[in-house]
Amino acid sequence: MTAPLTAGLLLVALAAVPLLGPPDYLMHVLITVLLTALAGTGWAMMGRYGLVSFGHGAFLGIAAYTMALLWNEAGLTPWLGIPIGMGVAVLAGMLLAYPAFKLRVVGHYFALVTLAAGEIVRILIVAMREHTGGSLGLTPAKPPPGAGWLAMQFDKTGFWYIALIAWALGLVCWFLLDRSMSSRALAAISEDEDAAASIGIRVTSEKMKVTVISVALAALAGALTAQYRQYLNPESLAGLGISLQIVFGAIAGGMYAPIGPTIGAAITIGLEEGLRIFFGTELTGAAPLVYGLLLVMFMLFMPRGIAGLFERRAQRRATPAPAATE
Amino acid sequence: MEQASLSIDAVHAGYGDFQALFGVSLRVDPGEAVGVVGPNGAGKTTLLRVISGLIRPRSGNVRFAGQDLAKVPAHTLPALGIAHVPENRRLFPHLTVEENLRVGAFTAAARPHFEARRDHVYTLFPRMKERRHQLAGTMSGGEQQMCAIGRALMSGPKILLLDEPSAGLAPLVVQQVFDLVRRIRQEGLTVLIVEQNVAQVLRVVDRAYVLETGRVAAEGASAALAADPVIRRSYLGGH
Repeated sequence: MTAPLTAGLLLVALAAVPLLGPPDYLMHVLITVLLTALAGTGWAMMGRYGLVSFGHGAFLGIAAYTMALLWNEAGLTPWLGIPIGMGVAVLAGMLLAYPAFKLRVVGHYFALVTLAAGEIVRILIVAMREHTGGSLGLTPAKPPPGAGWLAMQFDKTGFWYIALIAWALGLVCWFLLDRSMSSRALAAISEDEDAAASIGIRVTSEKMKVTVISVALAALAGALTAQYRQYLNPESLAGLGISLQIVFGAIAGGMYAPIGPTIGAAITIGLEEGLRIFFGTELTGAAPLVYGLLLVMFMLFMPRGIAGLFERRAQRRATPAPAATE
Repeated sequence: MEQASLSIDAVHAGYGDFQALFGVSLRVDPGEAVGVVGPNGAGKTTLLRVISGLIRPRSGNVRFAGQDLAKVPAHTLPALGIAHVPENRRLFPHLTVEENLRVGAFTAAARPHFEARRDHVYTLFPRMKERRHQLAGTMSGGEQQMCAIGRALMSGPKILLLDEPSAGLAPLVVQQVFDLVRRIRQEGLTVLIVEQNVAQVLRVVDRAYVLETGRVAAEGASAALAADPVIRRSYLGGH
């Protein structure tokens, strides 16, 4: 079966989920999975080319707060606020990435630069408490009666469709990038920047391109998450915690396969919820402990993630036995 | 004939406080194969890095086909017709042979010619065709060198710059690599080779420059240099 056909069938199946009348809690988990998967897909588009960002949470936060403040303070509908928020996040991402790429900050140093940048955004959100509500968070204003559509405030079914479209958009971006020459250029850059430049690859501009796409998708995920929850706070939309959650999800699921980050999001969120329910209030701290241990195991023993397992099996079938080496 | 000639005029260059080249001048005419030989630390690699735009000369001129190379960024060189096979190959080890060739045809001008040039590279190096799905990093040194040369040919260059193609290879493999260079230049490609293996390179090139501590110590036709008693004593182990 070809990939587009599989994807189409999957999408139709997922669109039918609300028709089955699932419980609210399940819908909540599924929507959260889709939005987390979108952020993870965006992250992995950079991550798989060696551009490991520990600051993607910042872009979720920038877009979410821009959108919410435009609605609360200027009455601008989130339908416009989201693209504007994404634009602001992309601009911030470019301002951070351009000097980093120009000065050839790579590998661990790039990870540290992004980590610091993510914290800066969280601190800024806390510091601007007159507008953002600081650590206490922010609630989008209730719309005038009958204007729920304008405020983008829907029930879970409505949000399921929005999240589904956004998630599918992320996958479309992945496939388009994968088929472009940029993907090969980025693979070359991630192996050897000098050699890539010597064969005519514009290293900085290729990296900037993928950064813009990656940041835009993460920003979209952030704004939609805030809009879905109808609550924003700096801890869950910026800073290290959320940034690492995105990274863990993408790595556990597998950042080299398009569906990997989605599998990762399903696992991390499923695990979080499952452990929370299993341990309940009996053993405070047990759930995050087991969660952390499992993530460490993933990193150590499955560096290509769960999707990597399928990938290897498919590859063995697709390629003939390698030529004998002498 | 101004088209594909490379000329370097009184170039001074170095790294930080360290100066590696002191007024080096050389010239490569279209269709010619020219060697730059000399011991370690003579400035051979620095010279190639200046040509390919990876470092800027402090003074002097580098011109190719009438264009001042000191003013253009490194990634535009393939579009101008300059292909650089760097020291130690610098292949993309986790890409397959064919993917390495594909990125070699990355520039907009080269992309439409990918298939034709790939097939041409496969006729030049049948071994590469056998290994096209193999990861480049898993091949032997000689095969990697051929792959690196193949990748450079993918941009359809007018001039090929080879940096120490024999480095780290067994003598028999060195022979094979130089045979390939000879075949490539028979197709009319201009070649500039930087090498420590003086005996081998003088058999392939028309002319050569001897570089010593950043200065051109001698230059001339290969046969003349190979017969020169000083060169023979210093580089060829003869008397």
